[in-house]
Amino acid sequence: MGASINTKAVVIQGNEASAEGALLAGCTFFAGYPITPATEIAEVMAERMPKVGGIFIQMEDELASINSLIGAAWGGHKALTATSGPGYSLMQEGIGYAAVTETPCVIINVMRGGPSTGQPTMTSQQDVYQAKYGSHGDYEPIVLVPSSAQEALDLTIRAFNLSEKYLVPVTVLTDEVVGHTRERVVIPESPEIYNRVPPPEGEEYLPFRGEEKLGGVPYRANFGEGHNICVDGQLHDEIGMRVGHMVAPSAQLVKRIMAKINDNIDDISDYELYHTDDAEVVVLAYGSTARVALRSVLDARKDGIKAGLIKLKTLFPFPDAMIRNETRSATRVIVPECNAGKICNEVQRVVSVQVESMPKFGGAMHVPSEIFEAIKRS
Amino acid sequence: MNPLGKKYLRKEALPTIFCPGCGHGTVLNSTLRMLDKVGLENFLFVSGIGCSSWLPVFIKADVLHTLHGRAVAVATGLKLVQPDKKVMVFNGDGDNMAIGGNHFIHAARRNIDITVVMLNNYIYGMTGGQASPGTPLNSKTKTSPYGSHEKPFDAVKLAIGAGATFVARETSASPIKITRTLEKAVNHRGFSFVEIMSQCPTQAGRNIYGKSAPSDIFRILRDSAVSKKDTELLQGQFRTGIFHLDEETPVYSQKIEVAAS
Repeated sequence: MGASINTKAVVIQGNEASAEGALLAGCTFFAGYPITPATEIAEVMAERMPKVGGIFIQMEDELASINSLIGAAWGGHKALTATSGPGYSLMQEGIGYAAVTETPCVIINVMRGGPSTGQPTMTSQQDVYQAKYGSHGDYEPIVLVPSSAQEALDLTIRAFNLSEKYLVPVTVLTDEVVGHTRERVVIPESPEIYNRVPPPEGEEYLPFRGEEKLGGVPYRANFGEGHNICVDGQLHDEIGMRVGHMVAPSAQLVKRIMAKINDNIDDISDYELYHTDDAEVVVLAYGSTARVALRSVLDARKDGIKAGLIKLKTLFPFPDAMIRNETRSATRVIVPECNAGKICNEVQRVVSVQVESMPKFGGAMHVPSEIFEAIKRS
Repeated sequence: MNPLGKKYLRKEALPTIFCPGCGHGTVLNSTLRMLDKVGLENFLFVSGIGCSSWLPVFIKADVLHTLHGRAVAVATGLKLVQPDKKVMVFNGDGDNMAIGGNHFIHAARRNIDITVVMLNNYIYGMTGGQASPGTPLNSKTKTSPYGSHEKPFDAVKLAIGAGATFVARETSASPIKITRTLEKAVNHRGFSFVEIMSQCPTQAGRNIYGKSAPSDIFRILRDSAVSKKDTELLQGQFRTGIFHLDEETPVYSQKIEVAAS
């Protein structure tokens, strides 16, 4: 999703960049509840929304926030909320509802240390599994992981585009470091925008039928357009009528809402590769940790070590095939992350070479020399 | 089928899930009569989870059948982006006063221009007869086998206290009154709340009343409703009518328009 030529550069923090990204993507509804370290996103939206004819509402809690997004989304708007750990936990119920009802919406989780109220002002990457598995039942969410203020903007735009395209809740997992680092951000004037596809006129409209033309995603009419849509969190057929008490149509729905993501993984995946062609040691990293890892890999190359970096910008769906391919010359894969070693498990599942976890606890980040030393160790 | 049913019911959703003799069917009937008068095309519906929340699923309209307790929060988002539509929420005593109590009081406080119809049958019916915040004190239910120790909410007082600007109560024993009150509620600009005491012969009947004939429960409800303002209430009785009307407090969306201009 490339930027146009007419751009301007500013120095802003990641949270502000996320808000700018949402505005550029066409977000016209924001609901949220104050929480450190995500609050700045709500503050920017509170100021900006009325100026663009959008709605800002501070809800009574995060349950209300995510649920009001669902109402606004079916009302035809692009909707956003922003939160951190405890609030993200509360939102999981609504995220599951959005997943099964194919409601497009975007959730920014500025990760802090957990569990529980944990470390409000310290960074972490502990919510990666929650972003994938947080709500009960089988579903496939999309999870994006920016590593800088620029990517916070770019990936928030992308989150809205993917959400509209695949009719799915998308989480942008930033972290306290990304959210609060002030740095240069280029603001594109007219980025590429994707909107939900309305049903073709004159044809019978089944609001929950996967369309081959749309990669298994349904057409989407909004409320108030005369389609008499029944949206139900219970498993439903293509019309929207409950089938939760029947095996075959229930299985059909769950398989479809997972397949529409998994079958389009090449379109959804986004990553950067550094020197993986001939790398003997590959570092796989995401979010703010990827910036540290890049420095370590470049330092190792200067020392003549064949090191490479896979930097994930889409965390889920997990790009199994790409990782397998980009580690084909490697004998070791190192996964530094600010948690107990979660994505490391995913990498182990995918590759057959040695995988080393570099966990980080307490709200600290890795330093380049640490990862550099790990690369050197053989 | 009644011509109104033919016109307004969603054929593919029928039959309803309501038990024979359930008051909710009466409320659906009264609602269709109101919609026939006001114009169904002006409405969007939201509901939560429970027997009550199935009601709008049977109406041929745009309907969000949401999570337990969250209907009012969903309706808030929907109304703010579709201010020209009348957004109507159907939920139950457990939905609206227990798991969704916070959303209810805050939507009332904000004076969001929606109508919440709470069907109070005193009990969690769909899960098999457990105590709810609407269950009368000392009632035996599946989760209060020795009698409920908890005083129920007075939903009308709760709504008024929270800032609702139209507050009424009716019973499923008075269908014509329901239609009239709902018409006033949906035409009110601001947060309108209508509690409808609805007979549940199956779960409330078995557990609370100790009798399951719909006609018996219907009679109890009818005789418990007191519409005269100055009559003293006897044990188990409740008042019906419109208790609170405030047409001065601006609705939430008006304030947004002011901020944007």
